[in-house]
Amino acid sequence: MRLELLSHLHRPQPGPLERLPAGPKLLVGLGIIVCTVLAPARQPGWVAALALLVASAVVASRLPIWFVLKRLLVLSPFVLGVALVQAWQAQDCAAWGMTLAKSGVCLTTVILLANTTPFTHTLQVLRRAGAPGLLMTTLALMYRYLFVLAEEAQRMDRARASRTFRASRRLQWQGLATLLGQLFARASERAERIYAAMCARGWR
Amino acid sequence: MHIPDGLIDAKTAAVTAALAAAGLGMALREVQRQLPPRRVPLLGLSAAFLFVAQMINFPVLAGTSGHLLGGVLVAALLGPGAAVVVLAAVLIVQAFLFGDGGVLALGANLFNMALLGAVGGWWVYRWASRIWPGPQGHLTGVAFGGWCSTVLAAIGCSGMLAWSGKAPWAVAFSAMAGIHMIIGLGEGLISALVWAALWRLRPDLVAQPQTPQSGVPATGWIGYGLLVALGLALFVVPFACPWPDGLERALAKLGLERAELRPVVPPLAPDYQVPGVSHAAVATAVAGAAGALIVFGLAWLLGRWLVRSAGPNRIGAARD
Repeated sequence: MRLELLSHLHRPQPGPLERLPAGPKLLVGLGIIVCTVLAPARQPGWVAALALLVASAVVASRLPIWFVLKRLLVLSPFVLGVALVQAWQAQDCAAWGMTLAKSGVCLTTVILLANTTPFTHTLQVLRRAGAPGLLMTTLALMYRYLFVLAEEAQRMDRARASRTFRASRRLQWQGLATLLGQLFARASERAERIYAAMCARGWR
Repeated sequence: MHIPDGLIDAKTAAVTAALAAAGLGMALREVQRQLPPRRVPLLGLSAAFLFVAQMINFPVLAGTSGHLLGGVLVAALLGPGAAVVVLAAVLIVQAFLFGDGGVLALGANLFNMALLGAVGGWWVYRWASRIWPGPQGHLTGVAFGGWCSTVLAAIGCSGMLAWSGKAPWAVAFSAMAGIHMIIGLGEGLISALVWAALWRLRPDLVAQPQTPQSGVPATGWIGYGLLVALGLALFVVPFACPWPDGLERALAKLGLERAELRPVVPPLAPDYQVPGVSHAAVATAVAGAAGALIVFGLAWLLGRWLVRSAGPNRIGAARD
């Protein structure tokens, strides 16, 4: 088992787009997505213009092109499935071509936003936008302990692997399920410790 | 099953966002009222747990693997309101940290996976765990609820695709529901295995929801029910139902044609609207019901087997 958590993220030195303020950047990104969704299907010029805009943003962000393309490929099976259905159904290629183009532009925009905006900044934007406090606390704690738990799961799996040779599929499933159960038990114990620590620091 | 941006059109995105926001608001209010402060960090940690759990691959057949989706498992462990909050956090992190799943489609995904999938599956879970008290009922409920939640979310998803005019309902529904009836088997099995493991390791954690919500006020259920019913009425019923479409008639009265709302997509078969439609609908319903019954039987057997093979007493005895 290999948790590919970090390979989904690109952590370079902050590029030019990363230094821009998060709020306006997210707003512009959302605007691009809305424009792409609303773009008329019969006039490919609109989507082409938006694609050009997003492509230049990718270049400006100095994210490695291969990384963006790889993420695009990983995230697109669902889009490809829908496009396939449309290609099979439709007489002209406009429908599925448009689906691919629109989804491609939107996916690239989201990948770009995610990889040029530190998540803590996104959280600040959401908080300023008036997201409920309980959701914000949940998000902040989740982000803080996401990588901790991923590492913990990996450690448990390594420990398991060092104690067993090849297991049958049934034992593999039971082993992984036990690992997940143990992970939840440890997460809930950690939550209690965190609450004690939060109280000690004057939370509420 | 994350719908990316660009696949659903603006009206679907807006309507689903409104429904999801209402559902999330209700869940937050409910949790805030009933959650003791010392349980607040558990929500964040459960969200992190669920995210990590979704990344752990279970080997299926040579080369392929599946993973837990976990909506019903979290709902069974924490209660439905908390599960909606946890799933919302997971979806937001997936979208904004990893670029997985759309930003504009966040509402659609939350509606499908949390309100339809997790809460719907949790209803099934609670129903089963009330019929058979004890671990047998819980295990059957988690397994069958997991399957139901996967299929329900897939049906919601295909309804949204059809409403956006991206794929004809017949194709979207049969493809999505068919695939997810199989994926759901894995989801039910993994959920039940994890529940059983947790029951063996920490029986206190699975004894009752960690965020007490047994006394959910009726108004909460009416709200959820209304939201889900509204969503289904919008996305699924107009396509699945052979009866005359009320929305269509209302729009025609207002002088709007349905064709304006739905971009033209050539139907699967030009003669789809023959009187055989009702037969097809009935056949689909019968097949679906039969499938659900079989899966329920499997879930019950799985629960029975897990209770026998992995009770806490037995492990405790082995340890002593």
